Amino acid sequence: MLRFILKRAGLAILVAFTVSLISFSLLFLSGDPAAAIAGEHASDQDIEAIRRIYGFDRPMLLQYWEWLSSALMGDFGESYYFKLPVAGLIAERLSITMTLGVCGISFALLTAVPLGVAAAIRPNSLLDRFALFLSVAGQAMPSFWFGLILIVVFSIQLGWLPPSGTATPLHFVMPTIVLGYYAMPAIMRLTRAGMLEVLSSDYIRTARAKGAPEGLVMFKHALRNAIIPVVSLAAVQMGFMLGGSIVVESIFALHGAGYLAWESISRNDLPTVQALILVFSMFYIVFTFLADVLNAWLDPRMRAG
Amino acid sequence: MTDTPILSVRNLTIDIPVGGGTLHAVRGIDFDLNRGETLCIVGESGSGKSLTSLALMGLLGKKISRRADRMEFDGIDLMKTSQRGMRKLRGLRMSMIFQEPMTSLNPAYTIGDQLAEALLLHKKVSREQARARAVELLEKVGITAAKSRLSQYPHQLSGGLRQRVMIAMALMCEPELIIADEPTTALDVTIQAQILRLLVDLQKELGMAMILITHDLGVVARVADKVAVMYAGELVETGPAADVFGAPAHPYTRGLLRCIPVPGKTERGAELGTIPGIVPSLVGEVSGCPFRTRCDHAVDACRQPIPLREQQAGRHSFRCVHPDGRAASPQEVPA
Repeated sequence: MLRFILKRAGLAILVAFTVSLISFSLLFLSGDPAAAIAGEHASDQDIEAIRRIYGFDRPMLLQYWEWLSSALMGDFGESYYFKLPVAGLIAERLSITMTLGVCGISFALLTAVPLGVAAAIRPNSLLDRFALFLSVAGQAMPSFWFGLILIVVFSIQLGWLPPSGTATPLHFVMPTIVLGYYAMPAIMRLTRAGMLEVLSSDYIRTARAKGAPEGLVMFKHALRNAIIPVVSLAAVQMGFMLGGSIVVESIFALHGAGYLAWESISRNDLPTVQALILVFSMFYIVFTFLADVLNAWLDPRMRAG
Repeated sequence: MTDTPILSVRNLTIDIPVGGGTLHAVRGIDFDLNRGETLCIVGESGSGKSLTSLALMGLLGKKISRRADRMEFDGIDLMKTSQRGMRKLRGLRMSMIFQEPMTSLNPAYTIGDQLAEALLLHKKVSREQARARAVELLEKVGITAAKSRLSQYPHQLSGGLRQRVMIAMALMCEPELIIADEPTTALDVTIQAQILRLLVDLQKELGMAMILITHDLGVVARVADKVAVMYAGELVETGPAADVFGAPAHPYTRGLLRCIPVPGKTERGAELGTIPGIVPSLVGEVSGCPFRTRCDHAVDACRQPIPLREQQAGRHSFRCVHPDGRAASPQEVPA
């Protein structure tokens, strides 16, 4: 198990390194950064001066090295727009996004897994149909529309929940539901499919032949095997929620990291965009790594790989 | 050995709903099994052998229905026993060994956990006691370094070892009845004989009754006290092994026996016996002898329901219109 963890950690670091290279080169893939900073009406001399000030005229490898080593120290440079250190900017926004992401994925898992298990125990039952309806609706409904409906009902008509902002935990209720409901259908369907497959397997029959009660058969023998693909999916969904919650953040005016990414892209604020891409990628890598470790714990056959 | 059988089955019928109607998978099975005896159920794939054993264990799927005039285990009416009651019998007093050792153990738990569970489910013992019992049984089924195996996972064991583990698991609570559903079919030929010998030795040693489901007549000849031959969901012939093998009364049983080459008797290069034709569909109404379409001796009467005839009172019976099967054996039929 320890060997497996070390191996996976090593791989994760390699991937992280590759991602850092890509996110650094983005700066140059989107055209001449000096020209971008100087603006539309700058003269050639101005652009040349900016290039020298920002150091864009030096060898790429040297620039990468400087960027990476300071990034490792937590210094991502200064935002072109805010004229503030990028690191502080991101840290402040990330706490909102993290809160939302953790709440969202928890909400998705806590509704999707029990519903998926229940649907698999009685396929084609009323409950199964209801779960299918919920997941189709969740998949078909755009987040922005669902978010607005919630605001209309719970904030404007009923007045139960605040429509926007981040002041209290109550402010996170609707964003959590919208974000979680977006991830729920896939998790639910995968849990159901996994359980159905596992329940028809020989070792489930063995467990019943031993005299195991149904609860034990379902949760000890079946769910542990059925949940494995769900863990991997949840890790990806979690990564997505951190980087891709822009829509939800905009609707509920939660100024999180997703919103910052969107702002920075539209302002051509390259150091911020670079740093955000790196941070989001690191989260993806960390979650995937954690999912791999969790899966190896669940299924001993994976520990060899 | 007492006179009351540990297992008594009368008119067991199993129906499976399918797209185009009902599949009459098992129709009117009768048999008795005494303590310590071995009953071999023989028949080709799809003859209803496995379904019969699953019905005894109460492990048929939800959609499959079973009916019986009588299905008693040591005086307990299994037809009237609740799911909860069946759960208390399974693993404790009646155990089952399955055909596929590769997939019959849970990949996520260690051998030790799965063995101990079988005991912990039924008896008030500590984990340590359960693990000690597991080691004892692993040794009994011939697994070396038994203690270190407890922490291994199924994927680390070969098929033969896994089947030994399955046997050990079935024996954890010392059941009175053990049902082995083709326990050696999925194993290498060299391992098959070992596992079978092990099973038979343990059965004798522990005095269990055993139902051995197989399509290997060589196995039957070696281990069976009683034989039940199934064809297309019906019991076509049943009786003491010596009688059924010595004087097979049903044309299907004779056909099966002709299919086995006998060392010394069957000439080198001679064609092996086959039974021409295919098993009839069991969807919809099934009447008369199911074997008549493949039988050399079929007559009009075979279309009618065939009663069970007794070759020897209370011992050897068969289901065929010809009063004495042997009178119509192929040698005596004019070509």
